Amino acid sequence: MIFSNKRIIIPLLIVVALLFPFIVPNQYYIYIMTLSFIWIIAVYGLNIVAGYTGYLSLAHAGFFAIGAYSMGILTTKVEMGFWLAFILSPIITMIIGLFIGLFALRTKEHFFAIYTLCVGYIIYLVIDKWESLTGGVRGLIGIPPLPNIGPIELSDPIYRYYFVLLILLLSIFVIYRIINSLVGRTFTAIRNSENLALALGISTTVNKLLAFVLSTFFAGLAGVLYAVFIRFLGPEISSTIIMFDLLTFLIVGGIGTFAGPVVGTLLIVWVSQSLQFLEEYRMLVFGPILTLMIIFSPYGIVGLFKNISAKRKVKKVKVPIETEKGA
Amino acid sequence: MLKLDNVTVKYGKYAAIRDVSLTVEKGEIVVLLGANGAGKTTTFRTISGLNQLAGGKIIFEDLEIHRKSPNKIVEMGIVHCAEDRKLFPQMSVQENLNLGGYVHRKNKQQIKNSMKEVYDLFPILYEKRDDPAGSLSGGQQQMLAIGRALMAKPKLMLLDEPSIGLAPLIVEQMFESIQQINKEGTTILLAEQNANAALSIANRGYVYENGKIVVQGSSQELFENEEVRKAYIGA
Repeated sequence: MIFSNKRIIIPLLIVVALLFPFIVPNQYYIYIMTLSFIWIIAVYGLNIVAGYTGYLSLAHAGFFAIGAYSMGILTTKVEMGFWLAFILSPIITMIIGLFIGLFALRTKEHFFAIYTLCVGYIIYLVIDKWESLTGGVRGLIGIPPLPNIGPIELSDPIYRYYFVLLILLLSIFVIYRIINSLVGRTFTAIRNSENLALALGISTTVNKLLAFVLSTFFAGLAGVLYAVFIRFLGPEISSTIIMFDLLTFLIVGGIGTFAGPVVGTLLIVWVSQSLQFLEEYRMLVFGPILTLMIIFSPYGIVGLFKNISAKRKVKKVKVPIETEKGA
Repeated sequence: MLKLDNVTVKYGKYAAIRDVSLTVEKGEIVVLLGANGAGKTTTFRTISGLNQLAGGKIIFEDLEIHRKSPNKIVEMGIVHCAEDRKLFPQMSVQENLNLGGYVHRKNKQQIKNSMKEVYDLFPILYEKRDDPAGSLSGGQQQMLAIGRALMAKPKLMLLDEPSIGLAPLIVEQMFESIQQINKEGTTILLAEQNANAALSIANRGYVYENGKIVVQGSSQELFENEEVRKAYIGA
């Protein structure tokens, strides 16, 4: 099956992504696609901790906002150089993530989800109320756009699209390497059974914290890209609505699967675009889809495909046995 | 090598094991016999640091280990091979073994050697190395669970009911493998309900009842003990 053959599908997707601005030379669609790429990075971050490690963090919109606001504050108020701020902001997010993780990871399962939901809300409140730093409800304006790198004019939407695509591909590559390393396997081991992981000599405390901090890094990175792309930040980017958007992208695509974040985000963003005319009633479409998804395919669309191809493999093996019986 | 001194473990107010004292000498196979819920698994979980003590102490190679974290205890050389052959079902056989060698992850050569030893001991695992662990048969899963424990190069292996749910022929093979592992230098503490098979390979044994050790002695003594025969051998 073509979908399960990584050697064909991955280069194909990259080529499609590279040609997209030429296939669809529509400014608005390029804008939507660039924004989708930014969301995908954030969803990948969420996937590390919620998908692979099994700790459903509901604070990731908050970390997204911390990344975005760090970038905004460092460039507008501190007047730091663009690229220095660009590198520093995800690191700041990571450090804050480390401190929050130290406390949050003392809880498990539902309690972890509830705890991080509260953390997310506290981040929202801090951004909303700390007017002198964040601009409060008025928001933060005047964030500089991506500066040009030599002859590459990143002010041009098409170049900007490619820049975000590049960061996305780099992020996916790095996350792929992490997930398929021994460290990544320890994350999955923790999801499977923390006691078993402990019994194998894995320090679950350290590895859970590592997964959490890594995931906040990518949420922060997505936030930074968002800040320089939209160039205006309001406290609502840290709201629970954004959090549940991210979660929906992940669940529909496939939580704990590698392709899930790409599939889910692109699908929902584009379906959502084509349902613009329904305005807020769009949720009437998404609600039931999400419910059905969780009941019938808890590992999302990617999980569904994996199941189908696994069943086909089993059938292939079974066939000769059946003919043997017939003879 | 390992010494439990009046160990008591409580789940809430209920004492799962009370004043358990036992010793394991280097090179031995020691068996813990007892019915379900008698406290064998609790003893194992406590030695490997997953349960907290309510009283007593545990000494391994002259060091108190009962306040150490489970991963430290594995690093010191005690590996717990849990009941029910707990594996990572979606991961391949090889990945399961790799995780077993987690504490030696920096020593790639050693991991390679240990893996070869495991494959030599259980050749079927080599044939199935790329298959998901969940697709193996019961006996193969038990082999993988033991193999994974061996990857940590334990000085002392805690084996919790390796024969549970396996066909008699497979059980026999399993006990042969356990003997083999012991001969190659790993001390073994074994929990079993299959007293006959366990006593045939063990040096000594302890019999649990309601969280207490009621009888102890050499395999021969236990085998000849009237009560033990009645309760666990059925003859």
